[in-house]
Amino acid sequence: MLKMKKMMGYAVAAGMMFASSVYAQETVKLATTTSTDNSGLLGYLLPKFEAKTGYKVQVIATGTGKALKLGEQGDVDLVMTHAPKAEAKFVADGFGVEPRGIMENDFVVLGPKADPAKIRDSASAEEAFAKIAKSGAVFVSRGDDSGTNKKEVLIWKAADVKTDFAGYKSVGQGMGKTLLMASELQGYTLSDRGTYIAYQGKIDLVVDFDGGATLANPYQVILINSAKYPELNHAGARALADWLCSDEGQALINGFQVKGQQLFKATYKK
Amino acid sequence: MSEGWLVLLQQAFGLLFSLDPEVWSIISVSFAVSLSALLITLIPSIVLGFILAFTHFRGQWIITNLVQTLQSIPTVVIGLLAYLLLTRNGALGELHWLFTQPGMIIGQMMICAPVLVAMSQAAFTSADKRAWETCRTMGAGWFDAVWVICRELRVPLLMAVIAAFYRIVTEVGCSMMVGGNIAHVTRNIPTAIALETSKGDFAQAIALGLVLLILSLVLNFLLGTLRGGSRPRSH
Repeated sequence: MLKMKKMMGYAVAAGMMFASSVYAQETVKLATTTSTDNSGLLGYLLPKFEAKTGYKVQVIATGTGKALKLGEQGDVDLVMTHAPKAEAKFVADGFGVEPRGIMENDFVVLGPKADPAKIRDSASAEEAFAKIAKSGAVFVSRGDDSGTNKKEVLIWKAADVKTDFAGYKSVGQGMGKTLLMASELQGYTLSDRGTYIAYQGKIDLVVDFDGGATLANPYQVILINSAKYPELNHAGARALADWLCSDEGQALINGFQVKGQQLFKATYKK
Repeated sequence: MSEGWLVLLQQAFGLLFSLDPEVWSIISVSFAVSLSALLITLIPSIVLGFILAFTHFRGQWIITNLVQTLQSIPTVVIGLLAYLLLTRNGALGELHWLFTQPGMIIGQMMICAPVLVAMSQAAFTSADKRAWETCRTMGAGWFDAVWVICRELRVPLLMAVIAAFYRIVTEVGCSMMVGGNIAHVTRNIPTAIALETSKGDFAQAIALGLVLLILSLVLNFLLGTLRGGSRPRSH
């Protein structure tokens, strides 16, 4: 009886070792930003990839900086991020290879329906911002040093406007709260399109300006250098990256909708 | 770690004593709003406390209990009420007072009034009713009689005022919701501390925390002096 128990224990242990070795081969670890995960994009794309190829994708959703760090340390098989400067360094330092732009989403300038600063026909985001400052309209800034806040500060700088005009309100709050405040005050604000769509039913603001290179938020998928970390699942990582760039993957990205609106625009160019 | 704390404290004192405009703008918003709320509610609240203690009327029990309950409601709940009142389609939406100082004052009035009423009612209840009767029989008017009683009860009444002021000058929930933490406009000490801490910038948060600490010390010292100065009542 005792012997049988022991035998069974061995069998289970052997089975687990076998299963885990198979599992390891089939697993692809992807480090990416919270925006792709929270928006539901990965939950929509990855099951289709897994069904097609048999790979299992483990997503580590974190900030862009941390995602690239995980890539540098060889903790993940590939990364998908949205910080062109940091990504260029990641590749130049020899950690990442074959960066490919797969999609972008964008920031939007929200404001009242009536558009009191008349920014709708602006040629660029900088011009739109300058008009807001000049018109004496309210602009609600997150003022919390977040990625979106940094983007906003860059645009003010590029527009050569000092943010000490009367209508400028730095509120030090997250995106959602900032949208609610901008709506109450019927002012302008800079938001990522995803959060705007999520809050659309709750706020009385419209997209008064969008488009242009300044407001683009491009995402790249980057493989890890196999010379640096040979033990990683490079075949699986390549399969996932290739699939995201394929006609099928690109069509799926374009087809991903939240509340009937497209959230990401596929941008891979062959 | 201990060195880190020392450096932070040093920076905090630096911000306070170099009269950093950012820090002082936050402090002045705090005091302007809380003192206004206190001054507006002070006399009506004390009068109501007096009426509840010295008279009997129908519904008195309900009002007393209501006041006691309001006294212990979290400030965020009052913030929520004030928000719903002031939002664009709220009852007072026409005023456009949401995310302004007058809006914050309304919220803080709702917080400090119950404290003032309940504590002054308790003070008046403890008063010697004979003083009132003596005043009245000696021909003093209503107002003069109330004034005499208030002077008699200056220590517990001042305690009520200090408690009410301290509750509103330190509350973060209502200020954040109704004021919106707008820099230089509605950013007060508690909301600024919350923001700086969430950003991981502690020096300014500590500087502002020190202001509240010093205020607390001053107010307590003042109370202690007053208590020591008033002789115990002999029966």
